[in-house]
Amino acid sequence: MRMRLLAGFLVLGMSVAGCGGAKVDTAPQTGAPTAGSAPASSAAGTVKIAINPWVGYEASANVVAYLLKNELGYQVEMPELKEQVAWEGFETGTVDVIIENWGHEDLKKKFIEEKKVAVEAGSTGNKGVIGWYVPKWMADKYPDITDWKNLNKYADLFKTSESGDKGALLFGDPSYVSNEEALIKNLKLNFKVVTGGSEAALIKSAQQAQEQKKPLLFYFWDPHWLFSKIELVRVKLPPYTPGCDADPKKVACDYPELDLDKIVSKKFADTGGKAYELVKNFSWTNEDQNQVALDINNGTDPQEAAKKWIEANPAKWQAWIPK
Amino acid sequence: MSLQATAAPAAVRLPRWLVPAGVAALFVAAYLVFKGTGTLPHDKEAPQFLAITDLREWIDANRNSSPVFLYFVNYIRIYVGELYTALYVALTSLGWPGLIGVMGGLGWLAGGWRVGLAAVAGFGSFAVLGLWDESVLTLTLVVAAVLLSLLVGMPLGVWAGRSPRLRRLVTPALDVMQIMPTFAYLAPLVLFFQIGPIAGIVATMIYSIPPAIRITALAIEQVSPTAVEASASLGATRWQTLRKVYLPLGRSTMALAVNQTIMMALSMVVIAALIAAPGLGDIIIRGLSRAQVGIMLPAGIAIVVMAVVLDRITMAAARRGPHDRIGRARLLGAAAPAVLGLAGTAVLPAQYPEDWSVRFVTQVNEAVRWAETNWYPVTAFVKDVTSAVLLNPLEGLLTSAPWWLVAAAVLTVGWWAGGVRPALTALGCLLAIALLGVWEHAMSTLSMVLVAVVFTLAAGLLLGVAAARRPRFSAVQRPILDAAQTMPSFVYLLPALALFESTKFTAIFASVIYSIPPVVRLVEDGIRGVPETVVEAATAAGSTPRQLLWKVQLPMARRAIMLAANQGIVMTLAMVVIGGMVGAGALGYDVITGFSQRSDFGMGFAAGVATVLLGVMLDRITTARRSS
Repeated sequence: MRMRLLAGFLVLGMSVAGCGGAKVDTAPQTGAPTAGSAPASSAAGTVKIAINPWVGYEASANVVAYLLKNELGYQVEMPELKEQVAWEGFETGTVDVIIENWGHEDLKKKFIEEKKVAVEAGSTGNKGVIGWYVPKWMADKYPDITDWKNLNKYADLFKTSESGDKGALLFGDPSYVSNEEALIKNLKLNFKVVTGGSEAALIKSAQQAQEQKKPLLFYFWDPHWLFSKIELVRVKLPPYTPGCDADPKKVACDYPELDLDKIVSKKFADTGGKAYELVKNFSWTNEDQNQVALDINNGTDPQEAAKKWIEANPAKWQAWIPK
Repeated sequence: MSLQATAAPAAVRLPRWLVPAGVAALFVAAYLVFKGTGTLPHDKEAPQFLAITDLREWIDANRNSSPVFLYFVNYIRIYVGELYTALYVALTSLGWPGLIGVMGGLGWLAGGWRVGLAAVAGFGSFAVLGLWDESVLTLTLVVAAVLLSLLVGMPLGVWAGRSPRLRRLVTPALDVMQIMPTFAYLAPLVLFFQIGPIAGIVATMIYSIPPAIRITALAIEQVSPTAVEASASLGATRWQTLRKVYLPLGRSTMALAVNQTIMMALSMVVIAALIAAPGLGDIIIRGLSRAQVGIMLPAGIAIVVMAVVLDRITMAAARRGPHDRIGRARLLGAAAPAVLGLAGTAVLPAQYPEDWSVRFVTQVNEAVRWAETNWYPVTAFVKDVTSAVLLNPLEGLLTSAPWWLVAAAVLTVGWWAGGVRPALTALGCLLAIALLGVWEHAMSTLSMVLVAVVFTLAAGLLLGVAAARRPRFSAVQRPILDAAQTMPSFVYLLPALALFESTKFTAIFASVIYSIPPVVRLVEDGIRGVPETVVEAATAAGSTPRQLLWKVQLPMARRAIMLAANQGIVMTLAMVVIGGMVGAGALGYDVITGFSQRSDFGMGFAAGVATVLLGVMLDRITTARRSS
């Protein structure tokens, strides 16, 4: 009986597929664009933009995707991938574009220089700033807390159930660029890195820290939509000078301001035509990105949020469209 | 923990008081003297890790120059890919009304109109939730993975069922496949199969084959030997015996194998999304990065509903006797919704209209936000107290004790619990963990697992006993347990993060929710299994309900409760990695690091293996007790 059920299921599926043969060809195209990933593999005219797991990235990706679709007539697929996995996608052909890359010198070396499967496609215009942040209420109450020299004085405030007798410095996803351990050691701070493990862990902690007036020192970065929801103040670390982060074990300075850039697969750069041109030309400011990101985060469909920005800023995006 | 465990029986009987107490005192003394020595602290750049990382880089560099391997893997890729595409085309070409109708028909065929109706309502809800396309993608992936798992697993299971030697050979491999955190092998899997649905299917298969093999083997073993003998004496060939005796008689248990394979496959939906397998998992990941429960909840509900519908259909098929035939009336009944649905496909719009769906993203987000704000003082208090009283001291104890003392304690407990062999196996696992270079993190994970298991058992016993005594309570509880087991944990992790912060406690909370359902079910089943005559006799002898429970039902259900403890441990370990994403650190975080940073692959892999070793160690200690 079980076998028959199974066979029946298969036959049913197949026969119906047979009857509806005419529809088979159109099926992949009718798949919802938001789902983004019909199983049919790459056809000409499809651009695959990886979605790395933060909303600012999604904002940039959706604006570019919207223009690719509506101005240039491309299909766009947007698989959600972590950074490292997305880079691997260049090699396998599952990813054409990473629209916002944060540094990752090691991956650039591996995939651009050694394997030659990817190329740089210029700056996004966004400036990435990684740093240590406290909620605004803390900076108001303890004005000198924003200098790293005073952090030890306040270490007791930051004690949690996870940090023992030291203050807690909350860190996020292990894939992020990080000098935290070295900084604490080299600046002789009485703090301990607590591994949050995800972006969600950072965001939720920051929201609660503001809401419940709870002390919190945490790793975060700008541009991020969270800045438009709650006010955060950056703690000043010893200023960055070129080369001060050369040896990862001896870092005792702040993070450099990163020029966020776009990376595309070699194949896409060679054969992407107008789509590649558009990606290359794309460049906007942190404010632009935060506008779209905040809308997305407030529950607007990412496509709608992108559309809204595009309708409001025609001058900006028209400059990106290849002639 | 080990100290308390040895000391526990001391309170019960005086004559046996001296030895355990003496041993415990010895351990305490040794701890106090040697505390802080021989602790094997964690080193991110341990030579073991680097060696594994190098191995991976070597494979990566050489995969194109090794044609045999490449062709083999490539062919798997191509066939799995074809199957996936064919299934997807078949499912989408049915159209949404057609697929709903066909599922209704299948449900009717398997279990009558009730199941058929449940299937229609369930699949209809995907459309109403506005998640039709994603649900079909997930269904395609799950069906492909399940078909392939059964294709490989059932023959192996039949073979293992008839050959105890093969079974002994296969069992440890299956243990590893089930406990090894998926993250630990996700990266190399991507190396071979590249990101996308195919790697997703293979990852899902690794997790869902074990029940297919195990339960099929069990089904074959259970077939009565007299039936087999009768068949053989009538001159049946081996093939005839298999086809006419084993398969029909083992049929209902084998349907259970199908059922469990489906459930396991569904629990991998989110993990598969991490390597770009499309579907509902994608939405959950998106909701996570925006920290919005409102986005994740509908997708979570869709996964639960899909699990429940597929569960009811396969369970209904399982319940049918070996010689039941499907009547004409049922066949006609089943055909009705399918035909109706397919007719609908011809008439209704090809895409489910947007404005026919219900959206509640904002409302859910607001409700969650409210709870996060208002419950925080209480939840933070609970978290702080538990951490201060239980978690941190235990973690401190395990990480500051010399490794040889912990090993000796495990040996003693293992010996006391089950005898020499399990004790030695447990000891072997522990030493292997030390050799892998992840001792410190393994100890801190162990402390969390122990606390989680204690919580799980306490809650599971309470709920299980309540359910066994009140059928109505049990009926209300069952769907909640179903949901707790199949709802992707990320959905409730966000509010948990807000309420308990990124802490070890949050990780424990998540694993308790995930591992309670099987514990409750096993306890309920065990207490229900106490023969009615015994209960009546006890009641007639004047036992109060409390006496009945403590003196009769619980002792008689001891085997079931021990099995529950065992399952609780295995399920808790399955959540170790998720714990690493919400602040638990230790092994789970190492595994995620290995997945997301190429240079730390070795550490992640070692941590994954250590998780398996912890699982085997705890399993041997708890299983042993049952057989003694």
